[in-house]
Amino acid sequence: MLLEMRDICKDYPQGKELVKILKHVDLTIEEGDYLAIMGPSGSGKTTLMNIIGCLDVATSGTYRLNGEDISRASENHLADVRNTTLGFVFQSFYLLPKLTARDNVALPLLYAGVKKRVRRERAEEALTMVGLADRIDFMPSQLSGGQQQRVAIARAMINQPKILLADEPTGALDSTSGHQVMDLFDELNGRGTTIVLITHEPAVGQRARRVRRILDGRLLAEGEGGVGDAW
Amino acid sequence: MFENISLAFQGIWGHKMRSFLTMLGIIIGIASIITIVSTIKGTNDQIKESLIGSGTNAVTVQLYQDNYAYTITSYNPAPQGISPISEDTRQQLADLDNVVDVSLYCRRRVDSYEGDVCYMNRAYSGDLFGVDEHYFSAAGYRLSYGRGFLADDHARFRKVAILDTGAVSSLFGGEYPIGQILEIRQEPFTVVGVVEKAARSDFAIETMRDYEMYADNTGGRVFIPLADWPIPYAFDEPQAVVLKAASTDDMTRIGQQAEDLLTASQITDAAQGFAYQSDDLMSQAADIQKLSNATNNQLLWIAGISLLVGGIGVMNIMLVTVTERTREIGLKKAIGARKRRILWQFLTEAAALTSLGGMIGVAAGVALSRFIASAMGTPTAVSYPAIAVAVLFSMFIGVIFGMIPAVKAANLNPIDALRRE
Ligand SMILES: Nc1ncnc2c1ncn2[C@@H]1O[C@H](COP(=O)(O)OP(=O)(O)OP(=O)(O)O)[C@@H](O)[C@H]1O
Ligand SMILES: [Mg+2]
Repeated sequence: MLLEMRDICKDYPQGKELVKILKHVDLTIEEGDYLAIMGPSGSGKTTLMNIIGCLDVATSGTYRLNGEDISRASENHLADVRNTTLGFVFQSFYLLPKLTARDNVALPLLYAGVKKRVRRERAEEALTMVGLADRIDFMPSQLSGGQQQRVAIARAMINQPKILLADEPTGALDSTSGHQVMDLFDELNGRGTTIVLITHEPAVGQRARRVRRILDGRLLAEGEGGVGDAW
Repeated sequence: MFENISLAFQGIWGHKMRSFLTMLGIIIGIASIITIVSTIKGTNDQIKESLIGSGTNAVTVQLYQDNYAYTITSYNPAPQGISPISEDTRQQLADLDNVVDVSLYCRRRVDSYEGDVCYMNRAYSGDLFGVDEHYFSAAGYRLSYGRGFLADDHARFRKVAILDTGAVSSLFGGEYPIGQILEIRQEPFTVVGVVEKAARSDFAIETMRDYEMYADNTGGRVFIPLADWPIPYAFDEPQAVVLKAASTDDMTRIGQQAEDLLTASQITDAAQGFAYQSDDLMSQAADIQKLSNATNNQLLWIAGISLLVGGIGVMNIMLVTVTERTREIGLKKAIGARKRRILWQFLTEAAALTSLGGMIGVAAGVALSRFIASAMGTPTAVSYPAIAVAVLFSMFIGVIFGMIPAVKAANLNPIDALRRE
């Protein structure tokens, strides 16, 4: 079992009181899985994703990732887990505007302590893999949205993570670029990368192997809530 | 680390105007400090030069009683129990390391009302020296006109005298002195020459005592051969020594060695409280320098305040930068940057900014002090240690004032940082 969440709750203070955002979430993900999480706006998808991605810690419950108990890990250890075990893709890419595509992609390797020459080589390979071999030295501002998102995917994959986490990766893209990104995800999953994806779009959700719906902070059982409904 | 630094400079270059304005406080602070320090150093070098340098490197070792220089006068007679310096002792002094020349002399202060030294009906106040053949070269005198002492003058006890320009003007007024007869204790001495200090045309202050003396007595100096000293005075009066050192750096050491040697060989038990001491010109120079340093130190404090203000400016801009770059920080943390890395990144940026400001400030300060020196005619000298300290210190300011923004950046929560647009 790659990932196991038991009874995860997350509260946020809103004004004076605590608001329960995630309510008793149980989730297991096996190696090689491809899971889409869908739900209406404000239902807690990003909150759940942040906890899965070790960017945030749950208020209660246990979370085991890759065989270790994450709930009690130190801040530095969480940073290392994010660096090596997880890859992130965000809706608005988050590339550093002053770095070239190659340097953006190589950044996680810098934090992993990889030598500069190796970083450059591997960044080049990763960019080739996402089909941007001819855009290696471009600045983000010189790339289209779809290209930027593929650079971000190359960055997420550079450390060969166990899980790729994507929060609405196609949300800011036109349908053609969106398709390209989804094809890339299929390909990565085909090569064994576990993918967890958040999306609004049923078409995107359908390409995953499984879909889990989240409603008002509760994660519904598989198949519950229907597949075809658009929120 | 190196990458951090080069990235930091790229960032500075990317915001030229803002970076420059941020650095301005540091630039002004460092520039004023460098200007002040250069001026201090220039003044100090000048003081040292006029006190010690004068080209002569002469160290005077003379008799002191209870730490006051002992000047022989009619009412302050030569002390008992101090023998004249033997040829053997003289040779020992000459053999000290880097001693170029050694001269022995006797000295008295005479006053006009005693009438010890007279020309016609005019009596002289000032110094009377009995000097050996080395004196004028060791003490740095130059013949102005007439002639110097000849070996014969010493050997045959010729009653001849040489005057310095001060003595000439107080005894002769406008009259031509050569060939005139001076009476020293009723003994006739023929004036054969006039000397002046070799190094500078204005008077050279050799010792603090000289300086004080100069203030109340411009009588000057009358020289006769040391061999003649027993004619007007006693044969066993204590003598003093002038040593010419090879360089200024040797002066203090030579002075101390000569003190020890002379005190051991000349002072007998009968002369309680007496000792030979050298005029430590180095420490006197330091005393005078301290005076000028004290005022300049206050200026340095004021310049320090502008550095403080500059530091606060850097902190302010760095806080703004951290806020502007929240997303960058959040993303870096999300992909695995540890806290410490973010901290270092911002500390490096602040330090790069202030170091660069420091370097520009140094350049501006050097230029400014040169300009002031040429415009006002004051001395200036570039102090390389001060430059190194200034640049290091401005780097240090960056680290100190960059700390709060850097800690703020390092402590940013990645989700809050990413959520903010
Ligand atoms: N840091 C926070 N402090 C307070 N409330 C928060 C915080 N983060 C999220 N929330 C609240 O939690 C709820 C769920 O937010 P979340 O971002 O997880 O929604 P989402 O399902 O991703 O929605 P969307 O589809 O619009 O992205 C929202 O009501 C939001 O206001
Ligand atoms: Mg969301």
